[in-house]
Amino acid sequence: MIGVELRLMLRRRRVWLCWLLLCALPALVAVLLATTRLAPPPGRGGAFLSAVVSNGQLFPAAALALVLPVFLPITVAIVAGDTIAGEAAAGTLRYLLVRPVSRLRLLVAKLVSVAAFVLLAVLFVTVTSYFVGIAAFGFGPGGALGASGVASLSGAALSPVDLILRTAAVVGYLALCMLALGAVGLFFSTLTDSALGAALGVLALVVTSAVLQPLDAAAAIGPFLPTSHWLAWIDLYRDPILWDAVRAGTQVQLGYVLVAFGAAWANFTTKDVTS
Amino acid sequence: MTAVIVTAGLTKRFGRVTAVDDVDLTVPHGVRFGLLGPNGSGKTTLVRLLLGLVHATSGSMEVLGRPMPRHAARVLPDVGTLVEGPAAWGHLCGRANLRLLDAAGSRRPGRGRGRRARVDEALDRVGLGGIDRRPVRAYSLGMRQRLGIAAALLRGPRLLLLDEPTNGLDPRGINEMRALFTELNAAGTTVVLSSHLLTEVEALCDRVGVMDAGRLVLTEDLTVLRAPTGRVLLRTSDPAAAAAVLDGRVEVRSGALLTVRHDDPAALNAELVTRGVPVAGLDAERRSLEQVVLALTGSGSDRVDVGHAAHRGRR
Repeated sequence: MIGVELRLMLRRRRVWLCWLLLCALPALVAVLLATTRLAPPPGRGGAFLSAVVSNGQLFPAAALALVLPVFLPITVAIVAGDTIAGEAAAGTLRYLLVRPVSRLRLLVAKLVSVAAFVLLAVLFVTVTSYFVGIAAFGFGPGGALGASGVASLSGAALSPVDLILRTAAVVGYLALCMLALGAVGLFFSTLTDSALGAALGVLALVVTSAVLQPLDAAAAIGPFLPTSHWLAWIDLYRDPILWDAVRAGTQVQLGYVLVAFGAAWANFTTKDVTS
Repeated sequence: MTAVIVTAGLTKRFGRVTAVDDVDLTVPHGVRFGLLGPNGSGKTTLVRLLLGLVHATSGSMEVLGRPMPRHAARVLPDVGTLVEGPAAWGHLCGRANLRLLDAAGSRRPGRGRGRRARVDEALDRVGLGGIDRRPVRAYSLGMRQRLGIAAALLRGPRLLLLDEPTNGLDPRGINEMRALFTELNAAGTTVVLSSHLLTEVEALCDRVGVMDAGRLVLTEDLTVLRAPTGRVLLRTSDPAAAAAVLDGRVEVRSGALLTVRHDDPAALNAELVTRGVPVAGLDAERRSLEQVVLALTGSGSDRVDVGHAAHRGRR
């Protein structure tokens, strides 16, 4: 069933369009920066943006910071909201269930396909922006092909291998953050037959979380908001790595995945499929 | 002869509405069973209950000799079904749809072998053997319906549970599907179809169940329902002479057509001919399925409305 789900996802034009748009936004920013050379001053604008002009290898980090707050959550909401509700609206849900595919297996397959989607999304953005960054800004001062060091946020130089490892960790961490949203979307998707409704529900959660996050009055629940750990990945580019925020974020996001998936299972397994 | 479907006191309520009300249905092995009833009488909900798509409020059921929905994983692979119209992934072609559907239900790794052949055979059977690669989104209603039936046939089911299987098909398509179902039935598949099209059921089925407002009000063999009524329809060029001869036995007289109370058309014919009355046509009157169903569902809903309003939770 997982294989079926992955094949179904990979053949959807919507999914490829999401990936394409995610990769296109950083590319647009890169083109603008490269032609104008007007980088935002350090401390303003998107994270890393001031540094990329001098070293293109940092552009993947800048690109992730660009798509993370809005674009990436939107695509995740669309794909995750569609999981069960979309099948229900198309009528294919009932035919899958009488095949028979057990409801738990269907949910697991859906979650895996959402995980594959977010992982590939983050990965595509990282890889394309790496090449876009190099093409637009080069390797930075004194850089031969791939051999130059990149300065970490703390100033010390990172070797290329170190950079790749850290970037891989960032990709994994962001994919997990997005998967938490995806699991919530899966849950919402079992509540309704409207894929759009489920997707908007996910976005409502993101917006609510983003609104509450800076409020002092909401400080007590702050650490448990889904968006509050999204920027912890920046710590992975410090030297030495500051693990605290990343570790806390991983725990909270895993908690979201488990709770949302459990809720989805509890709701879906007893649900009357009347679509 | 074992039963393929047995339900006992099967009831399903959606909130205050009772969609299926205390249904005791038995479908014997090997029959072509037609489930009739007006729209909203609970046919589709009954089919969904049998497939484990909705959960019964009370009552029990067995399908293919096993309790459902507990043994769904064992039962459903042997059931081919069409529920409330066909459905497919619109962005894929028909063949890809069937392949994915075939892959979706299989747990054992060996099931993948022969998938291509299985899919091709199912498509062949419903007349889509030469289908091209255009997406299902671009299919006509009839083609979708055929694809849905192909999906139902994919696993060589022992029980076909079909909800309105001829929707969207043209008369030729309906005929083809009827022949297909009859052929499968002859090979041992039990066919259960629900429909509000009486002619459809009359042409295909040998046993019918009639539902009305959630209740199963009748299960009977079609031959019994359509037994002669004890009246004969007589067509004659001289109705006045016929009426004179059959004094008192003519129940209805409309132009050249007389309805005569008489058990035996042959004897009536002999009597008329010896008395010199020209007979143009003579046939034993049989109730049509339509008359049976209209009578049942009509009186059924009347009675239920008054007596069972509180119990049924409907006004």
